[in-house]
Amino acid sequence: MTVTLGPPLTDAPARIRVDPTEPAVRRRFRPGPGLLAAGAYLVLLVVAAASPAALAPADPLAADPLAVLSPPGAGHWFGTDHLGRDVLTRVVHGAGHSLTIGVAATAIAVTGGVLLGLLAGLTHRVADEALSRTLDALSAFPMLLLALLFIAIAGPGTASLIGAIGIATLPHHARVVRGQTLLVRRSGFVEQAVTFGQSRPRLVLRHVLPNVVGPVPVLAVIGLGEAVLAAAGLSFLGMGPQPPSPEWGAMLSEGRNYLQVAWWISILPGLAVTATVVSLTVVGRHWQARFDGRRR
Amino acid sequence: MRALRAVARRIGAGLLVLWVAATAAYLALLAAPGDTVDNIIGDGADTPDIRAEIIAQWGLDRPAVVQYVDYLVRLVNGDLGRSYLLQRPVSDVIGEQLLPTLALAVAAAGLGVLLALVIAVATAGNRRPWLRRLSSGTELLLVSTPSFLIGLLLLSVLSFRFRFFPVSGDQGAGALVLPAVTLALPIAGLLAQVLRDGLDRAIDQPFVLTARSRGVRERGVLLRHALRHALLPAVSLAGWVFGIVIGGTVIVEQVFGRPGLGQVILSAVANQDMPVVLAVVTLSAAGYVVVNTAADLAYLLVDPRLRRS
Repeated sequence: MTVTLGPPLTDAPARIRVDPTEPAVRRRFRPGPGLLAAGAYLVLLVVAAASPAALAPADPLAADPLAVLSPPGAGHWFGTDHLGRDVLTRVVHGAGHSLTIGVAATAIAVTGGVLLGLLAGLTHRVADEALSRTLDALSAFPMLLLALLFIAIAGPGTASLIGAIGIATLPHHARVVRGQTLLVRRSGFVEQAVTFGQSRPRLVLRHVLPNVVGPVPVLAVIGLGEAVLAAAGLSFLGMGPQPPSPEWGAMLSEGRNYLQVAWWISILPGLAVTATVVSLTVVGRHWQARFDGRRR
Repeated sequence: MRALRAVARRIGAGLLVLWVAATAAYLALLAAPGDTVDNIIGDGADTPDIRAEIIAQWGLDRPAVVQYVDYLVRLVNGDLGRSYLLQRPVSDVIGEQLLPTLALAVAAAGLGVLLALVIAVATAGNRRPWLRRLSSGTELLLVSTPSFLIGLLLLSVLSFRFRFFPVSGDQGAGALVLPAVTLALPIAGLLAQVLRDGLDRAIDQPFVLTARSRGVRERGVLLRHALRHALLPAVSLAGWVFGIVIGGTVIVEQVFGRPGLGQVILSAVANQDMPVVLAVVTLSAAGYVVVNTAADLAYLLVDPRLRRS
């Protein structure tokens, strides 16, 4: 049941709303098995990205003509692909690509989003209107198509993928931060600080910024999941790291031709993407719930 | 009168966004690498005479502002420019491939919304906690799975293993089923969450208590009373659904080897055929604006409270 609370006693800035019936909120202070599994997977992923050789010592590019298309089994847990390369080794080595692209793109989106959002929320109304309309127009472009447009200009590859996804997801972050800034700006403690005659830079840095960026890390974790998903999609279309590089989306695209005889080449790297995005979402939602609880 | 002004304001805002989007596309064309004349010549003969002719023919010697205004005027008249690669009007290239993509998009969006409605109504409230948990988990999984993986899974099980559906191509309605389902599942996953959220909130409202006390069955309460309220936040996602569907068709068409706009934009991106890329991107932005404005207007229609502000 939803409990309706009265107006808060302190004039705390508005926070992200969370559905109180959502499982993540109910389990707020008790990490369930799902959260632990998600956390463990993410730790594994970071290890795989940082030093893939620790988890999979073999060479991800080493072809073995004697073990072509062998199904998952004792020797090769995830099977081998059409060149006899070990799929598990390639999936482990691919984690670095996906995480690098995801983290870098999210960093661009969040940094740009916070700066533009703050600017829009704090400047004169006319400038805010112009910025907001530009952001509206940018969000009108479907994200994947905007990314493709960027790649058409910059050419395919890891760097363009990062830029494309970063720019395509930036408007969303900027809008959230702008909304938050407007709320904080109108809140009691900022008005009070204005009354006390604090200087504008101090006002922004001491009072507005800390209260605006609070929810940003949480949004970034969930945004990271979206970025990883988008990166996999674009590499699947051949716009990312080129073969034989073991990027998950590119692996799927390569393995697609052998789907009928060897499903594991394409399905298993795909499941790695799904597990990554699910884990990030589970951790992000839990964190969001915690965050919301602390503020309450 | 007031309502009319609200409608006019929404349409005006939509037009403004369209104009900014078109301008952004124009700027992207200017930012594209390579000289415009080189791009138009392509692999053809390259002499100073031909260059001069192209510059005169395309009006490239005019001031930038004049070219920009000319571009806007042509855009309003439906002229999307000329493909560098195919040397044909872009509108022809797109027109040929629009139908399969539209069929896929409409089928997927319709199926996604339908699925979401069924899931949300079946799991709203606290009647069956296990079912609710199951569907929340499934929704998370669907939203987090890349659409090409869903497509490949469906293909490998339903087409290769059991041969229920054709593997690729666009022959008949049978070939539309798997791509449409592939695209519909993530949409259903997200919309179901939003709809159930709305239903849960509506169930706590006094009017639901009134309906229940009059003896209305639970199903009737949900379908006739709560659903209308739950639909409002879902309608505002119409533009988002449009974006997902259009972006998703590019990937799904590739997975299933279907003809359509996806192939057009991918080959245009690979060959840096900027007029085609920009036309597809601008058109999809226009579609988003139209869908979003229509959703805003539907909002005004359904919820009279909004007409005041």
